[in-house]
Amino acid sequence: MNSGTVAGLWLRLLLLPLLHSRFTQQELPACKPILTPQWVISAFAVVSIIFVPIGVASLLASRDVVEIVYRYDSDCVPASWASDKLAYIQNPNISKTCTRTLTVPKRMKSPIYVYYQLDNFYQNHRRYVKSRNDWQLRDASKANDTSGCDPEDAAGGNPIVPCGLIAWSLFNDTYRFTVSNSNLPVNKKGISWKSDRDHKFGKDVYPRNFQNGTVIGGAKLNSSIPLSEQEDLIVWMRTAALPTFRKLYGKIEVDLQANQTITVTIENYYNTYEFGGKKKLVLSTASWLGGKNDFLGLAYLIVGGLCFFLAAVFTIIYLVKPRKLGDPTYLSWNRNPGGH
Amino acid sequence: MKRFVYINDNEASHDPYCDNRISNRKYTILNFLPKNLWEQFSRLMNQYFLLIACLQLWPLITPVNPASTWGPLIFIFSVSASKEAWDDYNRYLSDKQANEKEVWVVRDGIRKRIQAQDIHVGNIVWLRENDEVPCDLLLLGTSEPQGICFVETAALDGETDLKTRVIPTACAGLASELLYKIKGVIECPNPDKDIRRFDANLRLFPPFIDNDLCPLTINNTLLQSCYLRNTEWACGVAVYTGNETKLGMSRGIPEPKLTAVDAMIDKLIGAIFLFQIVVVIVLGFAGNIWKDTEGQQQWYVMYPVEGPWYELLVIPLRFELLCSIMIPISIKISLDLVKSVYAKFIDWDEEMYDQDAQCPSHAANTAISEDLGQVEYILTDKTGTLTENKMIFRRCCINGTFYGNNSGDALKDGELLNDVVNNVPDVVRFLTVMSICNSVVPTKSPSGEISYKAQSQDEDALVNAAAHLHMVFVNRNGNVLEVNFNASAVRYELLDTLEFTSDRKRMSVVVRDCQNGNILLLSKGADEAILPFASNGQQIRSFSDAVEQYAQSGLRTLCLAWRELNEDEYTEWSLMFKEANSTLVDREWKLAEVCQRLEHDLEILGVTAIEDHLQDGVPETIETLRKAGINFWMLTGDKQSTAIQIALSCNFIAPGLTKRATLLINGRTEDEVLRSLERVLLTMRIATSEPKEVAFVVDGWALEIALRHYKEIFTELADLSRTAICCRVTPSQKAQLVELLKSREYRTLQADIGVGISGREGLQAARAADYSIGKFRFLTRLILVHGRYSYNRTAFLSQYSFYKSLLICFIQILFSFISGISGTSLFNSVSLMAYNIFYTSIPVLTSVLDKDLSEKTVMQHPQILFYCQAGRLLNPSTFAGWFGRSLFHASVVFLITIHSYANEKSEMEELSMVALSGCIWLQAFVVTLETNSFTALQHLAIWGNLAAFYAINCIISMIPSAGMYTIMFRLCGQPSYWITMFLIVAIGMGPVFALKYFRFTYRSSAINILQQAEHSRAPIFRDFESPVESSEKDGISLPSTAQPKSSRSPVYEPLLSESTPNAARKSRGQTTVEFFQPHKTGFPIRETVRTIDSTLLHLNTVYSTQIWKYGQRSCMYVLQCEASPLYEHHHYLLWIGLPGVPKHLGMVRASQVLKLVRFGMICPTLLLLARLLGFRSLQSQT
Repeated sequence: MNSGTVAGLWLRLLLLPLLHSRFTQQELPACKPILTPQWVISAFAVVSIIFVPIGVASLLASRDVVEIVYRYDSDCVPASWASDKLAYIQNPNISKTCTRTLTVPKRMKSPIYVYYQLDNFYQNHRRYVKSRNDWQLRDASKANDTSGCDPEDAAGGNPIVPCGLIAWSLFNDTYRFTVSNSNLPVNKKGISWKSDRDHKFGKDVYPRNFQNGTVIGGAKLNSSIPLSEQEDLIVWMRTAALPTFRKLYGKIEVDLQANQTITVTIENYYNTYEFGGKKKLVLSTASWLGGKNDFLGLAYLIVGGLCFFLAAVFTIIYLVKPRKLGDPTYLSWNRNPGGH
Repeated sequence: MKRFVYINDNEASHDPYCDNRISNRKYTILNFLPKNLWEQFSRLMNQYFLLIACLQLWPLITPVNPASTWGPLIFIFSVSASKEAWDDYNRYLSDKQANEKEVWVVRDGIRKRIQAQDIHVGNIVWLRENDEVPCDLLLLGTSEPQGICFVETAALDGETDLKTRVIPTACAGLASELLYKIKGVIECPNPDKDIRRFDANLRLFPPFIDNDLCPLTINNTLLQSCYLRNTEWACGVAVYTGNETKLGMSRGIPEPKLTAVDAMIDKLIGAIFLFQIVVVIVLGFAGNIWKDTEGQQQWYVMYPVEGPWYELLVIPLRFELLCSIMIPISIKISLDLVKSVYAKFIDWDEEMYDQDAQCPSHAANTAISEDLGQVEYILTDKTGTLTENKMIFRRCCINGTFYGNNSGDALKDGELLNDVVNNVPDVVRFLTVMSICNSVVPTKSPSGEISYKAQSQDEDALVNAAAHLHMVFVNRNGNVLEVNFNASAVRYELLDTLEFTSDRKRMSVVVRDCQNGNILLLSKGADEAILPFASNGQQIRSFSDAVEQYAQSGLRTLCLAWRELNEDEYTEWSLMFKEANSTLVDREWKLAEVCQRLEHDLEILGVTAIEDHLQDGVPETIETLRKAGINFWMLTGDKQSTAIQIALSCNFIAPGLTKRATLLINGRTEDEVLRSLERVLLTMRIATSEPKEVAFVVDGWALEIALRHYKEIFTELADLSRTAICCRVTPSQKAQLVELLKSREYRTLQADIGVGISGREGLQAARAADYSIGKFRFLTRLILVHGRYSYNRTAFLSQYSFYKSLLICFIQILFSFISGISGTSLFNSVSLMAYNIFYTSIPVLTSVLDKDLSEKTVMQHPQILFYCQAGRLLNPSTFAGWFGRSLFHASVVFLITIHSYANEKSEMEELSMVALSGCIWLQAFVVTLETNSFTALQHLAIWGNLAAFYAINCIISMIPSAGMYTIMFRLCGQPSYWITMFLIVAIGMGPVFALKYFRFTYRSSAINILQQAEHSRAPIFRDFESPVESSEKDGISLPSTAQPKSSRSPVYEPLLSESTPNAARKSRGQTTVEFFQPHKTGFPIRETVRTIDSTLLHLNTVYSTQIWKYGQRSCMYVLQCEASPLYEHHHYLLWIGLPGVPKHLGMVRASQVLKLVRFGMICPTLLLLARLLGFRSLQSQT
């Protein structure tokens, strides 16, 4: 009885007795496909036939998406502060309001998603991404549980709700849109995941002691609204895996016509100047594939093309320089008797 | 140094020895956990993982939940521990069974039934027939009047024949009642494990007046675990008990052997570890720089300006933890698991089941199957391994007269029978020696038939032959030997036995003829142990000639001799002999010296020749294995000429090359041996430059000198030679040779594998061996099938394990470049844990069922073993391939994921799940691509695993508190997710697939070619493989012709250079197919061809010169046809199929023949085409 016991047990449990003897003799019925030219060439051909249409469809979907991207981080700093943007953003006495107009290039069908895009912002940083406490967010009775939230766990000896760097650095720029002098409403309900609102953020958990520390990070929260309704926070707390990311700000639920001009009023509070990050405002429609992203479509077209190319090359090689499969002549010991 | 055993002494004060409780257990309940943990942690890899797991407890640096390492670690530990516990429990059960068995023991003069574990040293134990001996006993009495009993020692040394055990002379004739009261003392050595020796003395106390020291040998003992057979009862005194018995001492956990594959895996793990250290240092450095420059500006990360002292270490340690998964934690346990399956396959194999002995093959060592596939040297014994060890007396030479030379069987030689009837004195003496100079015990069955129980097969053969010649050894009654000769009874008193040892190479008995009181010395032994001691006057020339002649025909020879002793000489010698016999130290050596004093001035009586049949299939086995590139060394105790003869008949030496191919190393003195060695070495050096098979033959004496004085030369010789025959070697020299071959470091000879043939005798080898097989011919299958598959499977499994670990680790590293080199883990703890021990481990385990080539193909092309021997499938360069593949796949997965899940989709949990699914998809396809044969189980494991991945993640996605709540459902609903998966698979596998195809088809390895051949021949052409094979064997060598530039041999010199090599090859393929197909359709093409053949043969001989001019290819076939009488039909057809050739022939007869052939071929081809419009036949046509 040796290590065979374990294997024996495993095999006995797994195998039908009928197959047992064929298994023990290593004679289970098996198919042995080999890479014949026919198979390989047709495989590549089939892949290219499948991939090219998908690529075209993806590319078309991506091209259908209308997107307005407006970078405002340096635009919205007055020329007098251009040399020291950091001082500008850190000066609480200066108005940060900034009004710009955007032109709709093509007709945009509702819903139009309003995103803010941050560049060079490492939400995935090891110190940052872990600095939260999910129990505290979910359960009012665990308000004191701030483990993992260091250094934003407590202020003045009292625990912070919601604690941690992520919540503390909540994005706080705001946008208001007007179209031909009438307000364009932005729906900020339902921009977060429903599962988050229902199960991750408590309905009875209210912000407490938030942004009361010495250093103010980002936005403040209304302490009379439970966390499950603080959708900006919920969106922000879904950390991004990439240093460039977009987060949903709201939805515009009317269509915008081509060449319409939108006036956007930006309250430019958020400090990206310290680390040279960019801030962009994005208005985008969506397709079945999501937002504007040519990558998949192009990749499919390229792969399809390459597969076609390979299939062609293999066919040519096969026709020009045929090689008989399984010719014992090629065996080294047959060519050179007596030695390897 | 000594122990004194007081017989029947019940006072406890005399009992300092342990009781008879056997314990093979490694653990007790209390020490199991600590001891087992200690043992597991003595492995370096486990220490490493423990260190990692402990580091993970520090929340500041751990990238993931500590559970991701602790989980697998605990899992693996508990699997190993429960395996150990189970084994130990089984040992406990078998111990308990043995300990609680009831035995009869004398206590206070009464026989009582007690448990075996209560036996104490000095107790008298009674055994009945078929009882197992509970401890080591000194035999005191038996039911047999001669004082003998029979034991089966199979459990001890594996030899199944019965052994005779005798009571010490001091106890002879004691009535069984007296045995209850017997008192005495035994002086014996401390317990040891030598089951061949028991050098002790017995002194009985009064009233048993025989107060002399009585010498004891192993023949007076009954050892633990033997069985009493054919004897009603026996009793003995316990000498060694419990774990101190000979068996108990030799038991013990054998040192685990490390295979070459294991060593390579360890080396690769070491390399990965170094790589990991480099990665950690580089990334740690870069991370610290990023932190001090960029990091300080990223205000939301809130790096403290002044960190704690260990600040600099934090990031490197994080990366260390992140990269720790580079070393696959599951590799050892997967390997253990598959290795035990390999071993089971060997046990289960019905084709290696010995029908005669009803015994399956067995792998006693489950850990070294891969090494079977890497064997380079086979050192084989002759007797019992190559031969059946069934000795048959064939011929003899008595005083210069040869018997049995004509008929081949002396027993049927009328002349000899006549001489026996006529009482020719020489013949009678010869027969007397044959029948009583041995240790054979005759037993009479109730019906009066006499059968013999012999320890040596040679003695058995001799006694039986003597009985045939009317010299019947009837009875051995104590010291009286009774022989029936020509119906008259002759009695001899056995005075002394001078036993056989491998050093003395002879045995003798001293007997007193009861008729006339003469004392006789009867000897038999090897010629060189007998002939030099012939009396001065005798001519020994004729005997040595006879020996030579018999040896030439492969028979085993023994010389028989005798001498009359006078009374005084014997008495004097007898004293010395007794003294030597009772020494405790160096008894064997002293005995040999004393024996030497008696065995001289012998009168040589004659020579016997015994035949030992070769086992079935030995020559074929050796030929196949030699083709597989395995070097054979034969070690035998036989004479040089016998050995060469056997070697020839076993295909050790290619027939026809005998004279030139065997180089003898002889010599009696150092100089002679040196000269001989150097000469052979010189020849060998020349010979190795050309492909000629040479073998050297060395005899025991020269080997002794060579090993002692010229080790370097001999080692070089051993390297150069593919075959060696060592004759007249002693067991100790065999061991020395094995050492020599092992010691050469540049070979990857890591472990030596013992394979035992569990035949009739010599089972001792089987017991100690790693593998035991019933027949020598099973060796082919053991090596070529089991060894090769095991190696291939392990090579894939281990490298795949590295690949999958590296894959996930590279993704983590790539991710760290976009997360501020801070050591964030992209994957969550659950995924990482499940990835390593579940998602990627299950599918690859089915590689134990993978077969790259069918067993038949491997058997037909044993040369393919070269790939395993040279370690072609697992070495640093193949590993580099897998390393590159994992880097490539990691980049593919990572880049595609971050590009398709960019911007608003770049949510952490989603992105990590996309990357993880990408890895799972890729690994499923990698396993598929690398699997050669798919059984249902493999499909189930590969695709079932993929489905299980989704099922498990969907279940986890239903738990609200889990980090990945709803993620999997969310992803499965997105078209972009599936599109991304397909893209990953296509980009990841496409190049790998294309490269593999290219290499498979245009840079094929021998394995690929055989795979293709197997494929294209299946199923129609399978039956046709044998003629192709035989043609190759016969030296027709069809393949060598098609090589475009075969400038090696002048015969193949192309005359019309490079005319149509391609066209020729193409048409060759075509015609082969056209020819083979009709074979199955039943059309009588073969008959047609056969008639044409005779014409063609004639044609070839006549017109070969003309045909020669029309192309090199045709001429080659023609020449081959002439060269071999065993031509194959398809050669002609191949030739005929050459385009263009017939047109240019311009010979009436030839073209007529060709028309005929073509007509014969076209019809069946059309028939076949109609029948088989399958893919395969079309492929062949192109």
